[in-house]
Amino acid sequence: MDLSLIIMQLFSGIALGAVLVITALGLTIVFGMLGVVNFAHGALFMIGAYAGLYLASLTGSFWWGLLLAPLLVGAFGMLIERVLVRRLYGRSVDDPLLLTFGLSYILVEGVRIVFGSDGIPFPTPSQLIGVVDLGFGFFPKYRLFVIALVAVVLLALWLMLEKTRVGLIVRAGARDPQIMRVLGVDIGRVWLAIFGLGVGLAALGGVLAGPMRSVNPEMGTLVLAEAFVVTVIGGLGSIVGAVVAGLMVGVCISMVALFAPEMATIVMFALMAAVLLVRPQGLFGLKGRA
Amino acid sequence: MAMQSSGAAPALPQAQRVMAAIADHRVLVSLVALALLPWLLPSKALAVNVLIYGVVVMGYNLLFGYTGLLSFGHAAFFGTGAYLTGIAIGRFGLPWFAAVPLAIAASTALAAAIGTISTRTRGIYFSMVTLALAQLVYYVALQASSWTGGENGLRGFTVDHVNLLGLQINFLDPVNKYYVLMAFAALAIWAQSRILNSPFGAVIEAIRENEQRARACGYDVERCKLIVFMLSGAISAIGGCMSALHLSIVPLDILHYQTSGMIVMMVLLGGARSFFGPFIGAAVFLILEDVVSIWTPHWQIVVGAIFVGFVLFLPKGIWGTLLDLLPAARERR
Repeated sequence: MDLSLIIMQLFSGIALGAVLVITALGLTIVFGMLGVVNFAHGALFMIGAYAGLYLASLTGSFWWGLLLAPLLVGAFGMLIERVLVRRLYGRSVDDPLLLTFGLSYILVEGVRIVFGSDGIPFPTPSQLIGVVDLGFGFFPKYRLFVIALVAVVLLALWLMLEKTRVGLIVRAGARDPQIMRVLGVDIGRVWLAIFGLGVGLAALGGVLAGPMRSVNPEMGTLVLAEAFVVTVIGGLGSIVGAVVAGLMVGVCISMVALFAPEMATIVMFALMAAVLLVRPQGLFGLKGRA
Repeated sequence: MAMQSSGAAPALPQAQRVMAAIADHRVLVSLVALALLPWLLPSKALAVNVLIYGVVVMGYNLLFGYTGLLSFGHAAFFGTGAYLTGIAIGRFGLPWFAAVPLAIAASTALAAAIGTISTRTRGIYFSMVTLALAQLVYYVALQASSWTGGENGLRGFTVDHVNLLGLQINFLDPVNKYYVLMAFAALAIWAQSRILNSPFGAVIEAIRENEQRARACGYDVERCKLIVFMLSGAISAIGGCMSALHLSIVPLDILHYQTSGMIVMMVLLGGARSFFGPFIGAAVFLILEDVVSIWTPHWQIVVGAIFVGFVLFLPKGIWGTLLDLLPAARERR
């Protein structure tokens, strides 16, 4: 096995991991803030992919799909929070989880009704077809673009959370929503926005993943399990954890695919089990949360 | 008003007494109801499915309803029970009465392994970890196709007759099949009732109500959770064995996340924390699927919407809500 092949596979793993990071980040931000795990996250990822595909074919440009799909699906997520999830705050932590699980059933079947049950190919945008010479080998342009875009989104999120007033409110609200209320912050609106952000990130993950795998109504199930594995490894509610664990899982999957392809689907679960045995709260999780 | 209530008064305590009698003889009541089921439902196939899923969901209820642990991976034990029954009969040529206990024992061992990892976590983590580990079992079954038949499912282990104490029972006859499988269900129902009546049954409910207090009382919470996880897996595996004997094929979908989700839906529809809830939930879900799929192939959207409605408005399920209505009626008196 020569070295360049391994390096290429490493890059593929990072591209795969980048999509995982974006998706898991949506899950983890919503949990950190609202204490809600969104079981419809995978279904909303799938809706994002379909919305991106539909908008791209409507406008004739992938870029409009990439821009509009997360915004529209994010707005849809806010609607879900306002109409359904909001009623369950203060009830058992299992209730929002069960609700969003039921919702995922509705969403998947809804997509089947509108777009049919068969997979649809998602064309790669024309500007990103082909490969780039990285010096040690050729790498698909689209995957390189995914890595770059995810890096930009992560940077923007980090700046927003750490450097702005809104970010300050969000971080404080995650610590103690009661005090925020006393200080005169309408925490309900912050939760609404965060839920929308989380769902929007899922949709962004869906659009980005589209050209790398075919789009079908069931694609969300695997993604949900993957996002869970990433957040459990990284520590639920931890943003750094989601980034590190997402890249780790992506690289792990593609490396194992190189040496033992039949183990590729299994390795991330084994990784999760190993992490749980050593650190039940995840790599970057706070003790007591797990 | 006073006239009305005095007229209705004798009826209400009677309803209470009936409910108390039902609760006291829950195993007997369950068995009588199940014995009548094939004659009440439109098809024998539907009745067998209610029986099988009822047992699976009942095992799950031990974990979710009584201990308060929301697992999203119970398909792993349902499926493993089915696969191992099929493999033991088809591959090793074992008779069914040897295959079934073996399959249950091995599924319990799997539950011990998954339980050891997942009970180290709490709350939402537990749901996510059980889901992920069940997906692991799914992918292992998919990859090990020389043993499991992979995507095509496991075939080639038809049980056509059952030899019971010298009595040959034709297992291809749907009525015979139902009552033979009901013997397994009876065993599972008795075991469930026995567990809940034991001191251990009280401990798991104490853990659900207040984990810290149970710990302060000196109970080893982690160990109890692991034991209940294994018992729950074992009872659900009985349902898996029944499914394998019934269908003579094990579809790969039995291990899928959708199956785990269906189990969760059934228990919530019927009423978690109640003894009869699982069978009622399984019956309602399967009848609903049967009826709605006549009108539309997209029955899942209807079932999903009904489930969301239950989570929002009737979180105690059908049986739990019914039980709640009775004391309310008494107060009105």
